[in-house]
Amino acid sequence: MLLLPLLLPALSALASAVEVKRPRGVSLTNHHFYEESKPFTCLDGSSTIAFEWVNDDYCDCQDGSDEPGTSACPNGRFHCTNAGYRPQYIPSSRVNDGVCDCCDATDEYNSGFVCENTCKEMGRKEREALAQMAEVAREGFQLKQVLIEEASKGREDKQRTLAELQEGRKSLEEQVETLRSVKEAAEKPEKEAKEIHQKKWEEQKAAEKAAQEQARASDAFQELDDDGDGLVSVAELQTHVELDVDGDGTLSETEAQTLLGNALQADASSFRDAVWAAIKENYKPEGLPDAAPLPEAPEPQPDLPLEQPAPEDDYDEEEEEEGDDDESNEEEPKVPPPKQPADKTAEEDEAEKMPPYDEATQALIDAAQKAREQFEEAEKSLKEMEDSIQSLEKEISFDFGPQGEFAYLYSQCYELSTTEYVYRLCPFNRVSQKPKNGGAETNLGTWGSWAGPEENKFSVMKYEHGTGCWQGPNRSTTVKLTCGKETVVTSTTEPSRCEYLMELVTPSACQEPRDPGAADHDEL
Amino acid sequence: MALRPVLQALPAGSCSLLHTSVKGPCPSPPPRAASEAAPARVTARLGMAALTWMALCLAATFAVDRSNFKTCEQSSFCKRQRSVTPGSSPYRALLESLQLSQDSMKLQLVNEVNKVPLLLELYGLQGNMTRIKINELSPLRPRYEVPDVLVRDPPTTWLAVTGRDENSVELSLGDSGHKLILTGKPFRMDLLQGRELVLSVNPRGLLHFEHLRHRKDSFSDKVSSSVGSLWDKIKSLFYREEPKESAPEGGAAGEETEPAVPGEQESSEKSTKSEEVSDGPDRAEEELGSWEETFKTHTDSKPNGPTSVGLDFSLPGFEHVYGIPEHADNLRLRTTEGGDPYRLYNLDVFQYELYNPMALYGSVPLLLAHNTQRTLGIFWLNAAETWVDISSNTAGKTLFGKMLDYMQGGGETPQTDVRWMSESGIIDVFLLLGPAPTDVFRQYTALTGTQALPPLFAMAYHQSRWNYNDEEDVAAVDDGFDTHDIPCDVIWLDIEHTDGKRYFTWDPSKFPQPRNMLGRLAAKSRKMVSIVDPHIKVDSGYRVHNEIRSRGFYVKTKDGSDYEGWCWPGSSGYPDFTNPEMRAWWASMFSYDQYEGSMENLYIWNDMNEPSVFNGPEVTMYKDALHQGGWEHRDLHNLYGFYVQMATAQGLEQRSGGLERPFVLSRAFFAGSQRYGAVWTGDNAAEWDHMKISIPMCLSLALTGISFCGADVGGFFKSPDAELLVRWYQVGAYQPFYRAHAHLDTVRREPWLFGEENKALIRAAIRQRYALLPYWYTTFYHSYRSGQPVMRPLWVEYPDDITTFSIDDQFLIGNALLVHPVTEQGAQGVQVYLPGKGQVWYDVHSHQKHHAPQTLYVPVILSSIPVYQRGGSIVPRKERVRRSSDCMYRDPYTLYVALSPQGTAEGDLFIDDGHTYNFESKAQYLHRHFSFASNTLTARSSDSKGIFESPAWIERVVILGAGKPAAVFLRQPGMAETRLDFHHEPETSVLTLRKPGVNIGADWSISLR
Repeated sequence: MLLLPLLLPALSALASAVEVKRPRGVSLTNHHFYEESKPFTCLDGSSTIAFEWVNDDYCDCQDGSDEPGTSACPNGRFHCTNAGYRPQYIPSSRVNDGVCDCCDATDEYNSGFVCENTCKEMGRKEREALAQMAEVAREGFQLKQVLIEEASKGREDKQRTLAELQEGRKSLEEQVETLRSVKEAAEKPEKEAKEIHQKKWEEQKAAEKAAQEQARASDAFQELDDDGDGLVSVAELQTHVELDVDGDGTLSETEAQTLLGNALQADASSFRDAVWAAIKENYKPEGLPDAAPLPEAPEPQPDLPLEQPAPEDDYDEEEEEEGDDDESNEEEPKVPPPKQPADKTAEEDEAEKMPPYDEATQALIDAAQKAREQFEEAEKSLKEMEDSIQSLEKEISFDFGPQGEFAYLYSQCYELSTTEYVYRLCPFNRVSQKPKNGGAETNLGTWGSWAGPEENKFSVMKYEHGTGCWQGPNRSTTVKLTCGKETVVTSTTEPSRCEYLMELVTPSACQEPRDPGAADHDEL
Repeated sequence: MALRPVLQALPAGSCSLLHTSVKGPCPSPPPRAASEAAPARVTARLGMAALTWMALCLAATFAVDRSNFKTCEQSSFCKRQRSVTPGSSPYRALLESLQLSQDSMKLQLVNEVNKVPLLLELYGLQGNMTRIKINELSPLRPRYEVPDVLVRDPPTTWLAVTGRDENSVELSLGDSGHKLILTGKPFRMDLLQGRELVLSVNPRGLLHFEHLRHRKDSFSDKVSSSVGSLWDKIKSLFYREEPKESAPEGGAAGEETEPAVPGEQESSEKSTKSEEVSDGPDRAEEELGSWEETFKTHTDSKPNGPTSVGLDFSLPGFEHVYGIPEHADNLRLRTTEGGDPYRLYNLDVFQYELYNPMALYGSVPLLLAHNTQRTLGIFWLNAAETWVDISSNTAGKTLFGKMLDYMQGGGETPQTDVRWMSESGIIDVFLLLGPAPTDVFRQYTALTGTQALPPLFAMAYHQSRWNYNDEEDVAAVDDGFDTHDIPCDVIWLDIEHTDGKRYFTWDPSKFPQPRNMLGRLAAKSRKMVSIVDPHIKVDSGYRVHNEIRSRGFYVKTKDGSDYEGWCWPGSSGYPDFTNPEMRAWWASMFSYDQYEGSMENLYIWNDMNEPSVFNGPEVTMYKDALHQGGWEHRDLHNLYGFYVQMATAQGLEQRSGGLERPFVLSRAFFAGSQRYGAVWTGDNAAEWDHMKISIPMCLSLALTGISFCGADVGGFFKSPDAELLVRWYQVGAYQPFYRAHAHLDTVRREPWLFGEENKALIRAAIRQRYALLPYWYTTFYHSYRSGQPVMRPLWVEYPDDITTFSIDDQFLIGNALLVHPVTEQGAQGVQVYLPGKGQVWYDVHSHQKHHAPQTLYVPVILSSIPVYQRGGSIVPRKERVRRSSDCMYRDPYTLYVALSPQGTAEGDLFIDDGHTYNFESKAQYLHRHFSFASNTLTARSSDSKGIFESPAWIERVVILGAGKPAAVFLRQPGMAETRLDFHHEPETSVLTLRKPGVNIGADWSISLR
């Protein structure tokens, strides 16, 4: 897990070109501390020992500096020159441990384990890799410049568009207001005309109803006036037991008298004006059979069967459900559904339909309708414009990097297909995962923030608050950006439960290549 | 590992919730098990449907769902046994039937109520043990006797009748000086040493042996089992309480037809009617779930009827009893009156609860009793479900009350009574008569074997997680340990590494190149452990399944078909590990050509071997399932895991031609499991209490032979905070098996993920472990040789110090190191008890000397791990800690000589190649002995049989408690004396001798002058 810097430290590379005799495991830089002719003082100054005790495989210095070439000190370090590659310090515990740590094999001098010197090969590979990276970085960086330019242009465009839209919005808002006034102005006479029309029609309806009522009263009077004397008497009234007041099944004389306005009889006009009102609710025309009163509401069906099953018993519950079905399917259908209200309302609707508006009113309505439509149209345009403004403002508000180089990722999506899932990264929006063999998409996080280290903030994106995990956090995704010529998601892993790691290669992550050829200088 | 919110909750709960009367495999909706070949990553991310479903199934709280597991009241035989009350034993020994041979005595017992004759066999065993067997004289069918647990037929010693009267016989047991008085009526046995009563058998008359019988033509016989279970359901509808057992049906013996008394009233009624109850148990056998038993949705058919056995023991003079793991409880067993007995029934308990007697993953039916005079053990060799009741006549008394008794000279002798109850099999009990703790360990391990000597790497640090996702992940973790300079020997792969939970295979996309991966680890001298569970996916495309099926190796249902249950892969078969042919075949599966992708540095982990069956009763197998020989699962349940580990260990041994020592970790275990590898305490949680209880849990196992024990460092469920994780690394560094492990749903917790400071603390803890590996290895060697536990309760070394008897927050490793890990959150200090009259202890970090006995308050900070070396001991260390134990093989030793007040010290060191059987087969080892006396440190061989060349040498000797000498000389045979440089710290009295440079195998002496 070596971090390869782009440049090798040129100084040490140059210095190590000259081989100098020094105690094992000491770097050239520290060489001067180890003088064979003098006692050795630990680098921390803690004590001074005979020089023979340096690298004698016994730890004398607290800082481990007396044993640079052995494994004796727990906190010591061993320097490998690694000619052809990069010099390196390894912990003393890796000296003679049977594992090759230094490419020049100097760490395994007494373990019986033979290591090969691989520094040249590693150096070559590293240089190749560096060269390749440099090439990629160079090309990537060029692409980045284009992206930056586009972004800057795009941003200008967008800002201009935004400005235009904002300008447009003002006039549109004014227009909307104007149209609103027009609409309201047109609606006022419309409303008045409609109200007049309505009122007129209602009056007409009331008159018709009164006439109908009078007709029914006359009919009833005719019917009741059995002897045709132009008067309805108590006895005549008593033939209609349905008018029974106290519910004892007969209409007594007193009751009948009361109904007749405390009189023994009523003439046609007093019947119509006073008596009819008292009896019309219960009065039944004589032509109709008694047995067919107004259909009654059906008896309410109990929601549950009377036998309550024991709760918590699934088996019984199933039976219960079946029972319900039985009742509804077999018993109820035998009773024809009551149909009275439907027919009647249909007729009444027909009768109660308002007559068409007169021409003048209709003209007012048409005018108002037109004003409304125009207003709504304008309002809709305004809404759309506001949406555009909002989305533009949102886009402009995103931090697309110091030079806007990441702007091109906005509103794009990139996919990576693994054996099980298709991962989808929509930068600045969200990350998701969809199983290949069908199934719902899982949200792995929505855009949070740039989350790279301070010096390189734009190297990492963080997407948060995805779908929750059982016993765990909400899913989140870290996207690492690395330099490349294309924009592509190269890997997705889940290093920890519900915490995803994605790698996105993009030219925008490319840094400016340093002085070309500098990388070649560490050739030794 | 083991999950399993889904499936654990599944077995009884959800099945009954969702599908009422369906018995058998639970047609679970979307549990991971159900989704064909679904790698858990998929299922882990499973859609909301699964999550919702889980939520439904899961109790909201983080705790075991107790209702999934039986109480004694719900286990019909336990209830029946417990209903037998003291003082009215129907058993009589027929003294006239006594037959004495040279090493055994046979005698008939008869139950005077039902007249069924029993055979009592008594053996005097060499090494101060007595074996008592009770079986039916002529059972209808053979009863199960546990095979393969005893390492051999225990060698016997002579017995003699030394006295006799009309109602008793006196026997003398070998040379031990023990006598046994057998009383005829009521039957009991009393074991004496001299005039002292040591132990009594059946003193309360609780012997209860349910003989095999033909089923009577009773009501329950007439109804078919399906109707019967329906009947149970109907009843449970009416009674909103525990389903009662089948109603009594008149006709049995004509006694009053009183229904079975529900538990709560039982005890109160017992006292009043103890007389009439005398024939009660027999009647009860016919009533209480004897021929069928239903728990939750599961019905146990019990074709053999009631078969349980029970017996009681009294231990006069004992107030402290230990053992009978596995329970998440204190070291010292508590009395069980008024609660459930301790239960031994290997179960996969989801999110187990602490401080209760519920059964866990493994069982060792060995109980130890200890007082200042004597230690003894009762080993109840029975592999069926077993419950142990413990009562004491001093349990309720305060210390003051006890003192009062003592001062008044009156009061009873303190006494502990123990009662064992098992569902089937015979009574086969070994009385281990000590008298010292070391004697009891020797006795027990002479019967069941000692701890296998693990390969050295197995004692080092293990890094595990459910799951390391793929080969890249493994490589990154491996590199992480080097980048962060933390030692690590082993990386583990849990179930997700397989191809769809088919063990012995690798997920082709995540682990396409297992041998490359293993090779990469091997290059750093690291190992890998992969999981191989005993449940086998039922899949005709899976070779392992096909072979097991075609060879007829699966456990069968009571109807003779292959038993199938749900586990990780979905529908699974369970190989019959009790069948030696099956085990041989299983072992052959570990050869490199059978287990493709395996290599020499791949070792094995057996999980779920209780066995865990997600949809089975109590998450395990039906008791009426059938094993080889026609034995019911009931008879041998607790042995299943033992056999799985045995067969796996044999496989690892065989793949190297018998050369290499295996390493197998198992979750389930039984007596004798110590012979096959390590165990851990199962699925614990990232909680302080769980960390704390790992100490008594491993101590209890150590007392019962299983020394190689550890707990998941960090806790399996949930995520630890940094403090808990650091503390757990410190605790684990001083426990025998040291593995960090974590649940799939937890956040990553490799040691470097908690910041530099915590990383450094964890690194320091792991380094302490590695530096002490020579001492661990030597202590394990002693355990292997003599059966002494590696991790020890204090009382084992200080048997006459009563203060130590209940201590379980600190412990010893071997006899030289005392550890009191910090187990309290935010601790500022700990109270350390330093035992040993007139002894001294040295803080291993500061080298400060402390006098004993005393309770020392030790202030602590986050880096503190209070560890003390006993004055008088010598501890070898390797202080050049490297990336893995193997890398330290050639490294020199430092000897820590801690002087006693008398200026003496002793210690030893065992060395071999660290991984083969050559130490045993070819005597290729060194066992060195070091002693310090008269200012001279001497090294000599402790065992001249062992011959081994080691490249290691002695780089340093640190003498704690030493004055400053004028000069120090090293002398080797045949060589001139040489002077050694030294350094003396006057403040701490630490004398460091510089570079003796002698080979570790050489004889030498160093004198201080």
